[in-house]
Amino acid sequence: MRRAPLVATVLTCLAAGACLISCEREERGFRVEPPSSSRINSKTLSDLRPGQGAPAGEVKNEYEGNAYALSEGKRLFSAYNCNGCHAQGGGGMGPPLMDDEWIYGGRPEQVFSTIVEGRPNGMPSFRGKVPDFQVWQLSAYIRSMSGQVSKDVAPARPDHLQGKPPENSMEASPLKDSTLQKSAEMPR
Amino acid sequence: MTRDKRRSWEDRSRASSARNIFVRLGRLLPFALLLSPSLGCRGAQSALDPAGPQAGRIGGLWWLMFYTLSAVFVIVMALLLVAALRRRKPISSEAALAPDTKPDPAGDRRSALAVGGGIIVTVIILFVLLVSSFLTGQSLYSSAPAAPDEGLTVEVTGHQWWWEVKYRNETPSRIVTTANEIHLPAGAPVLFRLGSTDVIHSFWVPNLHGKTDLIPGHLTHTRIRADRQGVYRGQCAEFCGHQHAHMAFTVVVESPEQFRAWYEAQVRPAAQPSTPGQARGQQVFLSSPCVMCHRIRGTDAGGRLGPDLTHVASRLTIAAGTLENTRGHLAGWVVDSQKIKPGNRMPPNNLEPQDLHALLDYLQSLK
Repeated sequence: MRRAPLVATVLTCLAAGACLISCEREERGFRVEPPSSSRINSKTLSDLRPGQGAPAGEVKNEYEGNAYALSEGKRLFSAYNCNGCHAQGGGGMGPPLMDDEWIYGGRPEQVFSTIVEGRPNGMPSFRGKVPDFQVWQLSAYIRSMSGQVSKDVAPARPDHLQGKPPENSMEASPLKDSTLQKSAEMPR
Repeated sequence: MTRDKRRSWEDRSRASSARNIFVRLGRLLPFALLLSPSLGCRGAQSALDPAGPQAGRIGGLWWLMFYTLSAVFVIVMALLLVAALRRRKPISSEAALAPDTKPDPAGDRRSALAVGGGIIVTVIILFVLLVSSFLTGQSLYSSAPAAPDEGLTVEVTGHQWWWEVKYRNETPSRIVTTANEIHLPAGAPVLFRLGSTDVIHSFWVPNLHGKTDLIPGHLTHTRIRADRQGVYRGQCAEFCGHQHAHMAFTVVVESPEQFRAWYEAQVRPAAQPSTPGQARGQQVFLSSPCVMCHRIRGTDAGGRLGPDLTHVASRLTIAAGTLENTRGHLAGWVVDSQKIKPGNRMPPNNLEPQDLHALLDYLQSLK
């Protein structure tokens, strides 16, 4: 019976030690080596090719397991004006991204090549304009919109506030007539 | 001294120990003098070196509190020393054990006087400090709002981790946007409209005013007049993330003529490249990721995420006061800013050496 306090002490210490396991923080890669883009299987315009096509293999996007990378992707999605056409994933001028339909493929490397190459009818090519690692962050975030990544890394709330001052902080200014012609038609 | 001679022998020994204390305190006097405003506290980022009326009032309040509380501290410490070092009558053990029931009306009156006096003095000191603090605050913030077109209005927007500075003007083409550097004409009141795009920051130029928070989704205002010309340093004063410590800015207070010349230079669009190297550098800039975030007025680069680079070569620092604006620092920043300021929003850029040098030629030509 005398051992009981000792056992209790040891158990408490072990429990306290176990708590420390949760102190390890997720890595934030500020100087990162992006996944190689050489193995990207993008849709080609021709079926003719020398030799065989590359074996269909999954390109793993490491960022899909990293909450910081996903939140960066979410920030870049509006910073680079993706939401200008795709809205917050529901689509507008561009196709929606939160549904299960993928016109040009929904695997990480396919999303990557869609951003880098651009697509007909409006999707610009961001080759050389957005660094590779940011494209990977964006593609991870875009896949998270339709629940393609695990729930514990996907962003849980909008982290970004509107850049402009809110309406209730604006000062009143006299109304002026617009010189622009009104159009009843939606832009095509 | 004459008093001492009149005292008995025991009293004299007590007095001599007290005199020693004063001699020792006297030796500390030079150090105390070091703290006086005439000697220390000067600098480009010091609330004790005010360059305008607002900072002057805050500085005055600070010195009032400093001297008052120093006096309180010195008096309390002196009393403590006297009490600790005073020789007391030896107490026999029986006397110490026996309860002290003798009535001592004189002693009671003395202690009542001491306690009552202490309370009264404390209340008076606190009241004086409270009133002067209240009056200072009132003189700083209760000034009637000026008409919107009166004087200069500067919009400062906090970003992680840099400052966007915009000079408002009725003519849109004369609005000046710059970053991390504020020029002010000496002697003129300036209205600052402060906002933030991400988290709470705080705008603080110790030589000019106290702190004002920049709150996302809410505009705050502060009014500053800088009288003494010079270069002052401001700093974010509210923890705002990884590089909070490297979120500084420069305030240049200059004569109204110099300010007007600076403003006219800033209004102009960016200088056109004048050498083949600069022209290539402009091409490099426009074809690389730079254009996604930066703006150079007069070119196709219209990004709004990072600092406006239209006149980047005219600024004193880069990376929000982190580095002096030199060619080497600029090169290091362009190539691998994450090494200098980990976590900042600028990605690394792998440029060919000749492209990098051309880009630097171009950026340095943007006076």
